[in-house]
Parts: sequence; C-alpha cells; structure tokens
Amino acid sequence: MLGLNKRDTRFMIIVILLTAFTPFLMQPFSEGSAWAQFNGGYPDLMAKVAIFGIFAVGFNILFGLTGYLSFGHAAFLGVGSYSAVWMFKLLSLNVFPALIMAVIVSALFSLLIGYVSLRRSGIYFSILTLAMAEMSYRLAYSVLTPLTNGETGLQVRPSDPRILDGEGAAQYPNLFGLELSSSYKLEMLNHVFTFNVGYYFCAVIAIIAFYVALRIFRSPFGLVLRAVKSNQTRLNYTGLNTRPYTLSAFVISGMYAGLAGGLLAVMDPLAGAERMVWTASGEVVIMTILGGAGTLLGPVLGAGAIKYLENIFSKINESILHEWFAFLPDGLETSVVWVLSRFTGEGWALTLGLMFMLVVIFLPGGLVEGGQRIARLFRRKKTPDTDGEHHPKSTPHIAE
Amino acid sequence: MDVIFLQVLNGLDKGSAYALIALGLTLIFGTLGVVNFAHGALFMIGAFCAVTLQKLFGLSYQVIDESKKDFLGNPLKVDVAYLETWLGPELGAAFVNWSVPLAIIFAIPVMVLVGFVMERGLIKHFYKRPHADQILVTFGLAIVLQEIVKYFYGANPIQTGAPNMFRGALDFGVLVGFEPNAVIYPYWRLVYFLFSAVVISGIFAFLRFTTFGMVVRAGMADRETVGLLGINIDKRFTIMFGIAAAVAGLAGVMYTPILAPNYHMGMDFLVLSFVVVVVGGMGSLPGAVMAGFLLGILQSFASMNEVKSILPGIDQIIIYLVAIIILLVRPRGLMGKRGVMEE
Repeated sequence: MLGLNKRDTRFMIIVILLTAFTPFLMQPFSEGSAWAQFNGGYPDLMAKVAIFGIFAVGFNILFGLTGYLSFGHAAFLGVGSYSAVWMFKLLSLNVFPALIMAVIVSALFSLLIGYVSLRRSGIYFSILTLAMAEMSYRLAYSVLTPLTNGETGLQVRPSDPRILDGEGAAQYPNLFGLELSSSYKLEMLNHVFTFNVGYYFCAVIAIIAFYVALRIFRSPFGLVLRAVKSNQTRLNYTGLNTRPYTLSAFVISGMYAGLAGGLLAVMDPLAGAERMVWTASGEVVIMTILGGAGTLLGPVLGAGAIKYLENIFSKINESILHEWFAFLPDGLETSVVWVLSRFTGEGWALTLGLMFMLVVIFLPGGLVEGGQRIARLFRRKKTPDTDGEHHPKSTPHIAE
Repeated sequence: MDVIFLQVLNGLDKGSAYALIALGLTLIFGTLGVVNFAHGALFMIGAFCAVTLQKLFGLSYQVIDESKKDFLGNPLKVDVAYLETWLGPELGAAFVNWSVPLAIIFAIPVMVLVGFVMERGLIKHFYKRPHADQILVTFGLAIVLQEIVKYFYGANPIQTGAPNMFRGALDFGVLVGFEPNAVIYPYWRLVYFLFSAVVISGIFAFLRFTTFGMVVRAGMADRETVGLLGINIDKRFTIMFGIAAAVAGLAGVMYTPILAPNYHMGMDFLVLSFVVVVVGGMGSLPGAVMAGFLLGILQSFASMNEVKSILPGIDQIIIYLVAIIILLVRPRGLMGKRGVMEE
C-alpha cells in the first residue's frame, strides 16, 4: 500500500492508530484519583508531542542517517515560526499559507547554511552549524528587530492587514474557518477525554511527515545516506559525489524543522528568538538520542517522553511529594521528599541531564535499543535452541 | 590612535578569559583526544568557588551592641563575622575584602579534584567512542553541573567584588603619552590580564622545561610509543586533565568581579571558547591563546559605535563570522598542524 511493503504497512497503521487514540492513551487515570496528575491528555501537550516529534524525525534524517551532528537546528525552527507568523499578519489566519511559507523559507535558509556547513564534517560541522545558529539568534535579537520584534516576539494584532481575510473573519488561526482551539470533551467512566482540532491537525501532519521519512529511509537515497555514515571516504573513492546527498538530507531536515516551527506558531501565534538559542538545538539532539538515533520510531518516542516528563515533572512540587510519602515515618519522609524534590519541579532539568547522560553511557541506541534488548531477553527464553547457522535471523526491522 | 589603543585594552580582558578556557580545552583535546563540552561548566564552578569563599568569610552571628540604640532606645543587634572575632577586626575585614584573590588558593585543589573525578569517573570510558558521543555525554554533564549549582546558589547573578584596592580605574593613557582621560582602564581588568598572562606562561613553561611536561608533550605526539617505553601515560594525562580544569576554574575565579556569576555563564562562554579553539587550530596550544586574544580584541573593535554605524549588529556576530570564514578557508585553524582533525 502506498509503496510500502506488508511489514511497513502494518507498522504505519499501528502508528496511525496510536496517534488517533493518543487522547485516550495519554489519559489513563480517572479524574480525581491520586494519579490524575500523571495524565498528559490535554491538547497543548499532545500537540507539542506531535510537533516536536516532527522536529526530531526530521533531525534524525540528517543525524541518524548521515551521522552529521548539527547543533543549530533550532534556527530553522525559529525561522519557520517567524515566517508563519508573518503570513498570519500579511495574508490570512488560515494555517495553510503559513505552513507552506514556513517550509519554503526554512528550506531556503537551510540550503544556505547547509551549503556552507557541509564543506566540513565531524566536529567542525557541529561547530559551524552552532556558529550559524548563534549568529541567527543574535541577529534576530538585535539588528533584525523590524522583522522579528526583538525580545517581545512577533505577534498577531487586530491591526494587521491580512489581505485575504474579509470582514468578520476568525481572529485565531483556523482551518478554513474551523478554529484550532475548539475541542470536544468526552466524559466516560470517570475519565475526561479531550479531542482537540489543533491536536488532530498536528497529528495528521505528523503522520504525513512520518510517512515521508519512512519512504526516505527505505529509498535508494536513504541507502546512500547510510553509506555516508558508515564510510564516506570509501563512497567518494567509488566515484560518488556525496555532497548533493548530504545537502539534500540537510535541507529536508531543515524543512521538517521549519514545519515544526510553523506548527508551533499555528498552535500559539507568537514567535520569539529564544526558540533559536543553541540549547534549544541541544534539546532536539537529546530527544533523538534518547529515543534512538537512526531508527524511525525513536525520535518520536524521545520527543514524547521528554515533553511528557517535562510537563509532569515540573508540576510535582514538595507538597505533592509529602502527600505521596505520608505513609513513611516522619524523619524518613522528610529526607525522601527532600531528595526527590531536587529532581522534580524546578529541578526537572537535572533529571533530564542525568537521564540523557545515562542513555548516552549505557544505551547508545536509546529507548528503542532498550526495548529491543528486553524483547530479545524474552525471546531467548522461549526458543533457547535457535540454530544460528541454518536459521539466520532476519535483519531487525529498522523501526523496532 | 588612543581609540585603537583603548579598544585593544578593552579586548584584552575578554580575550584573556577566552584564551584561558581555550587553553584548557586544547590541553584536554591534545592529550586525551576528548571534545569536552563540560569545560564551560568548569569555568562556572571556578567562579562559584569565589562566591563560596566570599560567603564563608562573611558568615556571621548576631550580638547585641549596647552602644548603639535604635529609635526606641533598645540596643541594636549587630552582625559580626566570625572571622573578625577570631582574627581581629582588621585582619578579618581584610580577608573578606580579598576573598576573590584568596579564592585562587581555595579553587586550585577543588578544581583539580573535580577534574580527576570527571576524568576517572566518566570521560575515561569515552576515549574509544566517537567524538559525537563525547560531545553528547559532556553536554549532559554540563547540564547536570549547571543545575546543581543553580540549586545551591539560585538563578540570579551574585555580585562578587574585587578588593577595594583594585576598584576604580587607571588613567592608562597618561602612562604611554596620550591626553589625560583618553584611555581609562579599570584596575581589575589589568589584574585579570596580568594574571592570565602568568597562568598561560606558567603552563607553557611547565610543558617546556619540566620532565613531566616533556613526557606529556611526547604523549601528545605519539601516545603509543610513550606507553611502550614503560611510562604510565594515562596517569599523566589524568593529571593534565586536572590542570586543565584548574586553569578553567582560575579563569572563572578571577572573572567574578568583571561579570557577576550566574549558573549559565559556563554555557555562554563554552560556545565562544569552542569557536576560539577551532580558529586557533584544534590541538595547538599557542594557537588557542593567540586566537583567544585576537577574537577578544576583534570583538571590542566591532562594538565601537563607528563600526556599528556602518555594519549594524556586527558586534554580536563578529566572532562567529570569523570562525566560519576560518573554517572554510583554512580548516586546520590559524596555527593548527596539518592533519590534526582535518577532515
């Protein structure tokens, strides 16, 4: 189906189902129960997961396939946001011109940066992209203030021209009149499930983006990119010029980042320069590595895990911890709460850093590799006498 | 003429900081072959050593002073520092006053220890892994260190003053024959420059004129052969990591009066010092120092109003611009050796 083999079709269908039922899946605890604060099924968070999933999937096309570690991808995200908001201001509050413009502008921008940066590889490439992104960030704050509105950030105002919108058009980003912030609440079995237009819009785009990434992974083009990662010199010796391939990968991942930036602006029509700072680029690197670089599902998992934990962990404060550990003896309770509160609430970044370090040290393949290891553990117990020589293992599915 | 002179001087203090951090980075890269993204965090920890010492010296208790009364006639409670009771008021006050320079003594063992723990505990396991992994794990470490410092000291910058003697500024222009008040330069920045010059020449002399330094240099050139000669090169490289950490820490200690330290100052300096290392040439110590001063001075020239009116925003991006040009035109950097990390 759609140029996918049977296995990939099944995989794709699973992904679509997972995305469609996210409002259920992220709301596993009933309302009012002690666990309700672990529910992540509110539209804002779900949309963020989808958006950063797109960002990480795109980043993975560059880093996972070619091995080029870019530390400047947030610049494309920021550029995408800015161009989307400008489209809102100039043309219309319909989301499509904004998203198309975000992708086009970020593609041009990444073509420029990629053309320059890809002349070097390894750490030099990382530093070149880092320098480029820092330059864009600083310029967005200082000289380009007429374009970016500096520290205040670019916003949509009622006084904007918006030449395509007539009188009485919607005042918020909309999908041909359907407002993205509108949602339908379903109350069932003590649970409240929210179905939000914005989330489903992001989810549909994320699925399309994921499908495109899947096709890229399976294509001859993707194979060349993987060859670049394993041995670029040999590839050059065989007479293949790798530059156009790596540049296309860079531009594609830049377009994904621009799309994600555009979607961020769609969900909240405000663009600020802080989206382009280099630690924001570090965040997408963390997501990709945490999930598993070079796998299809990994970056999405990483983005989901980080955005979910970020929201949940920063909500947990000391009083909640005291409630949880009230059953412990007093002295023990205070010390347990003290230790845990270092890692929650304000200390969320500490947890993130530690988690990231542990993954890099012990699980270089990320969550996906962890899942594979566990699966292998179970499989080995069931069939201990697999004959490796006569029944060669099929190559592991790239998405597993 | 005096304007140019002033800008060169202005560039020197920032350039000194860049040079010191880049020197440490290059030492680590040259000896261990590790790209250390946590080096900025070491600079930040150094700065917080100074903050800690100042706080320790300032620890006080309250006594009731009968000689002073508030407006109701009750005796006032007065804070008295422990140091002033133990050492006498004058000596105690002197300690508080000189806490930043004294923090050097305090910071060296702390930083060397931090460096040892980092190298033995974490970085040791990453020698054989790709550079990307080294970047990632040290980046994670930098986040962790930053958050720990943030927990103990809060998110706001903490003012840490220079000794009273060095507050104020020197009319430097008069000394070299310009008009009075043409070239005004704060004392502490001069101290910072001299200090960094001493540290840098100390490191170079150490590597040049001691047997230990000779072995380290030999190890940088060919690690395997040195190992075959029966020398425990790993141990020496660990010590060099400690020294590099101490250099970054000292740069941080002395920088506190110029820039009030906060928990993310390390990240801010890290990017710049990486750029400095790349411009100077990966693995080249003189290159790192030279590029540090060069970029510091360039930055201060770019922030002149005359330059800014021609090229707006140039002061924000000059360093990155120079780095990009250097990387594209001469990828091994100004003084890098041919073939070192030249891909």
